Amino acid sequence: MDEAKKKQYNQYVNEITPKHNLVLNMVKAFITGGIICTIGQAIINFCMAHNMDEQTSGSWTTLLLIFASVVLTGFNIFPQIAKFGGAGALVPITGFANSVASPAIEFKKEGQVFGIGCKIFTIAGPVILYGICTSSLLGFVYYIISRL
Amino acid sequence: MSNILGKQSLKFEVPPYIIGTANIVGKKEGEGPLGKLFDVVGEDDLFGEETWEEAESSMQNKAASWAIDNAKLTKDQIRYIFAGDLLGQTIATSFGLLNFNVPLFGLYGACSTAGESLSLAAMTVAAGYAENVLAVTSSHFASAEKQFRYPLEYGNQRPLAASWTVTGSGAFIVSSKQGKIKISGITTGKIIDYGIKDSMNMGAAMAPAACDTIYQNLMDFSFQPEDYDKIVTGDLGYIGSDILIDLLKEKGFDISIQHMDCGKKIFDQKTQDTHAGGSGCGCSAATLSAYLLKEIEMGNLKRILFVPTGALLSTVSFNEGQSVPGIAHGVIIERCE
Repeated sequence: MDEAKKKQYNQYVNEITPKHNLVLNMVKAFITGGIICTIGQAIINFCMAHNMDEQTSGSWTTLLLIFASVVLTGFNIFPQIAKFGGAGALVPITGFANSVASPAIEFKKEGQVFGIGCKIFTIAGPVILYGICTSSLLGFVYYIISRL
Repeated sequence: MSNILGKQSLKFEVPPYIIGTANIVGKKEGEGPLGKLFDVVGEDDLFGEETWEEAESSMQNKAASWAIDNAKLTKDQIRYIFAGDLLGQTIATSFGLLNFNVPLFGLYGACSTAGESLSLAAMTVAAGYAENVLAVTSSHFASAEKQFRYPLEYGNQRPLAASWTVTGSGAFIVSSKQGKIKISGITTGKIIDYGIKDSMNMGAAMAPAACDTIYQNLMDFSFQPEDYDKIVTGDLGYIGSDILIDLLKEKGFDISIQHMDCGKKIFDQKTQDTHAGGSGCGCSAATLSAYLLKEIEMGNLKRILFVPTGALLSTVSFNEGQSVPGIAHGVIIERCE
């Protein structure tokens, strides 16, 4: 089959394939992400009201959100939140925690080393790798600029 | 007399018969429109096992054993087994049929394996190489998701074109001993590639293969769509089915009245959140076993063309930028009058 015909078929498939409603998805993501961040802010406020400094309060917030996400992943509730909220649930740290906890649960049966050990970062791995690379690069640029 | 017909078909002068069948499905399939027709519906999708892979093996083992019972045979009366599944190196088959002690051909035709195994079983019996042959296939939602996509607990949004792998298995005994249902011919499919690269739209990737096989079947047998009571595709789903009907219209055949898709039939799209429909080897095998063969036996259907469809991809081929070719195998199943 020639390329032109393949292209034509792909175009036709693209036209008849239903897609998620982008605006609706963005509204849902805004609401879900908003709720998660509001909870985060509530934890920070609570901690600071109990005489913690900003950095310690932030650490507690991160810790509690990760914990909540991992527990919800274990009870298979997080996928339902993510199905509704999409990026709203996945972009905050809750999504990162889910992407690490879910392979750990799934691959536990394949053993501690080759199961959990090798496969725990199958989804989060790229985020960690390129996150560290980008941070290092930016740190280097910042170092040069601050010396000028 | 030669059984060879046209370009890709066989018409059996002495037809093999389907004398026994059995099926087993998961909980979600049991809650679907065909729920009451299945032999056994699992209480949970582990079927009493530790892992998803073992669960799939267990389904295949049970379906195969019950099909042999259903045909009133014993394991040692089965000459060959043709079996396959979707897992890497077809482990559901290897471990599911480990204790059968029957010569086995392991098959991989993606979701078309139900058609491939029935075709080969029919050929083997028709050629006189065996009296009784077992054809069995399975798929499992969780083991397929784990292998091809994401861990089950991972939160993501499935595209509307995505299908839902059926947890189920269907087994068939093909025999030279006369029964009520016969396999009168087969049309073996070619690998067809229309350049679809979206692995989440498998209906669109497989529809051209289904079109090619159905068209070739009609040409080889000099049939019109009306010669079939139903033309049944395996798991094209809602999008793929529409495409198939369009593609065949371009070739001069309108099958919109006869066409049925197992992927559309097995789940209720509105209430079960299955998007484009069911898929997997188990989808077509369980639907044939639980629904279509019963309809044929009761006389509601006289002749059907059963065309399971497969998407030939792996996570490696997908990551390396390859397209998703399709394949479809046609089996003509008829009621003996």
